[in-house]
Amino acid sequence: MKEKILEIISNYKKDKTRLMDILHDIQGVAGYVDEEAIELLHKELGISTSEVREVISFYHFYSSEPKGKVNIYLNDSITAVMHGREAVLEAFEKECDVKEGSVSEDGEFGLYHTSCIGMNDQEPAAIINGKMFTRLTPYRVKEIVKDLKNGKDIKELIYEGDGGGRNALPEIHSMVCNNIRRRGALLTHDYTPFDVTSNILGKSSPEDIISVVEESNIRGRGGAGFPTGMKWKFGRKAKGEHHVVICNADEGEPGTFKDRVLLTEFPELVFEGMVIAGYAVGADIGLLYLRYEYKYLLKYLNGVLEEMRSKNVLGNNINGIEGFNFDIRIQLGAGAYICGEESALIESLEGKRGEPRDKPPFPVEKGYMNYPTVVNNVETLASIPKILTKGADWFLGLGDKASSGTKVLSISGDCNYPGIYEVEWGTTIKDILDMSGAQNVQAIQVAGPSGALIGEKDFGRTISYSDLPTGGSMIVFNKQRDILRDVVMNFMNFFIEESCGSCSTCRNMTTVLKERFVKILDGKGVASDIDDLLNWSDVLKVSRCGLGQTAANPITTSVTNFRHLYENLIQKDVEFDSGFDLEESVKESCAAVGRQPILHNM
Amino acid sequence: MSNTIKFKIDGKEIVAELGQTIVEAAHANGVYIPTLCNFPGVPPKGGCRMCTIKINGRFMTSCTTPAADGMEIENNTDEINDLRKSIIELLFVSGNHFCPACEKSGNCELQALGYRYQMMVPKFPYSFPLKEVDASSPKIIKDQNRCVLCQRCMKTIKTEDGERYFAFSNRGDKLEVIMDPDLGEKMTDEIAQLAMDNCPVGSIIKKEVGFVEPIGTRKYDKEPIGTDIDV
Repeated sequence: MKEKILEIISNYKKDKTRLMDILHDIQGVAGYVDEEAIELLHKELGISTSEVREVISFYHFYSSEPKGKVNIYLNDSITAVMHGREAVLEAFEKECDVKEGSVSEDGEFGLYHTSCIGMNDQEPAAIINGKMFTRLTPYRVKEIVKDLKNGKDIKELIYEGDGGGRNALPEIHSMVCNNIRRRGALLTHDYTPFDVTSNILGKSSPEDIISVVEESNIRGRGGAGFPTGMKWKFGRKAKGEHHVVICNADEGEPGTFKDRVLLTEFPELVFEGMVIAGYAVGADIGLLYLRYEYKYLLKYLNGVLEEMRSKNVLGNNINGIEGFNFDIRIQLGAGAYICGEESALIESLEGKRGEPRDKPPFPVEKGYMNYPTVVNNVETLASIPKILTKGADWFLGLGDKASSGTKVLSISGDCNYPGIYEVEWGTTIKDILDMSGAQNVQAIQVAGPSGALIGEKDFGRTISYSDLPTGGSMIVFNKQRDILRDVVMNFMNFFIEESCGSCSTCRNMTTVLKERFVKILDGKGVASDIDDLLNWSDVLKVSRCGLGQTAANPITTSVTNFRHLYENLIQKDVEFDSGFDLEESVKESCAAVGRQPILHNM
Repeated sequence: MSNTIKFKIDGKEIVAELGQTIVEAAHANGVYIPTLCNFPGVPPKGGCRMCTIKINGRFMTSCTTPAADGMEIENNTDEINDLRKSIIELLFVSGNHFCPACEKSGNCELQALGYRYQMMVPKFPYSFPLKEVDASSPKIIKDQNRCVLCQRCMKTIKTEDGERYFAFSNRGDKLEVIMDPDLGEKMTDEIAQLAMDNCPVGSIIKKEVGFVEPIGTRKYDKEPIGTDIDV
């Protein structure tokens, strides 16, 4: 094993900025990163063993402990829970004889939970040895485990028929379905791959390209909504030995899965968007950061890049444009929501923990390896080729005043037709609910847990940068759902799990809020606890990144829009309750000493 | 062309050198902005958020933000002081800080900030987490109960080759500082002393010495933190 590990390290030229790949490769051959491997990494890369552990322990899919031969990562997003996750988990635990979060005694099966894996329209879903299994039921679990025990290869298990579209290609061979329910400007098949690169780039200066993008008024589709043209302009202007274009394909906001579909069905659009961005910004380095959960697309995407190289749409002097050298490398993530934040993503690309950077400087000035770096979302980049072919005016004709173009929504939860819906900006929530067949709706989570939970009185509002901005995640909850106990609790657990922890506020306040929230759920709450939740949440606003700043949103938006649910739970006519249960707290010690205390009511 | 810039903190004019961070410029001008994770000579990493200020209405950390001409900064306001007090309280309730028994009492920056911001009883409930004490090094005790995860040890205590003695482990509310077992084993007295001195709290304590200076006569026993800066 030692030789293999040394070979892996030398494959990456002992470059510690490639630690992510090195760790993936070591896990690929050894299952996990053991003491020996850590020691070798220390010696070969010149970092202490603790520095190696620091990276391993940050990412959900790395491990320095032995794992099973088969590892099952069962998604725990709210939609999975709503569609029967508990029964599926029980089935896995029974069939594999393993408890969640551990490895079975025979070392065959590891069973773990994992944050949203981008399959909300086909839950419950799990990643088993890197392969995606969707629409799981206890019956299917039984079959899968039986076949695995009989030594069947994981690839043979996808016998339910392949997912539609390109999911059926041999390079992907996945049961994942695209579920494209509504096509608009972006998802319509009226695009000839690499047309822009062949016909437009050579005739336009980078400045021309940037001005079309600026005129189109397109804003970042990842959620933050920064004007794309302006970002490119800043990137172009910044001085550096190299310039970098990064495609952020780390869609981790629970409930979003549109980038997965774009990458499956329209990778040419995404990659050509990157090439155009590279030309405009003057970049020579292109990187696509693919979340680990979408690893099943890696081989296929690399194939598309290879084809582009053979057509000279990537590489040196692209399409005969003298001096336009640009190539793209795909970097696989390792399970961390925070890496969707652009500066955390860059840290991860450099082989480090994905902790967001302080800004300024912004990535456009100092990003990847301190080079000027433009980071764009998958959907943003995919929109670019059509904007250049059809013109900025065409794009401006779509959407509303504050937000031009269309938005690809990922709709899931309590609706008849979960899936991908492309709509124009300015569409009302009511229309979105109607088109997805949602009935009896109590609430909809707009823009995922970091967005807002809204109720009926707000269904007339629109998705727009001037009203309800969204990266695309829409989760519907009907009137039977327990909004606080199930939904808000799930989201708070998500933020606690996915905080990087480097800010004192986000690391600590999320758990403090959850405790107070649980006190209310347990019937020990009083009126002032609701105010505490709102007031304390304010502290999170001084966190470094968007995750921390929005980590209290499940609580604050549910208090604002569903205050009656909280009020139903708190004690009437009680002004103070410490929430402390003395009897419960001394139970264990009483049992140990065999005595019964006399407890005075506090 | 001069490199001098001017900006305002709470209405007071600050004269600074281009390239200085806000906290550096403020302290040089006799305006105290509290810090905890910031440490002179190493790159800042706005982790504790104590030095949060408002620049033109936006929250920023003053240890990481370069001073710029014409900035209007809010520092010593009720809103910001309340925030800072909340952060101190959060740090107290998320660890196990028992000042009377701590060797660092009186020299502890967290304790001193608690006094300066008049923390009586934290408004948040104590979590009393179970944390490890690592006494494997012959030179120091690393007590996770008192750690505020400021990264000062991680950034300042390194070998000649640049390898770090201390590193993070895990993330979120499970985040901890770990000590490299081999480097901890080989630690010198000088490194141990430096690690203890650079730690703002009592998380890194040198073995076999203690209470050389009695409690009551230590740095912050004499005057509140920041007194040397305030004019």
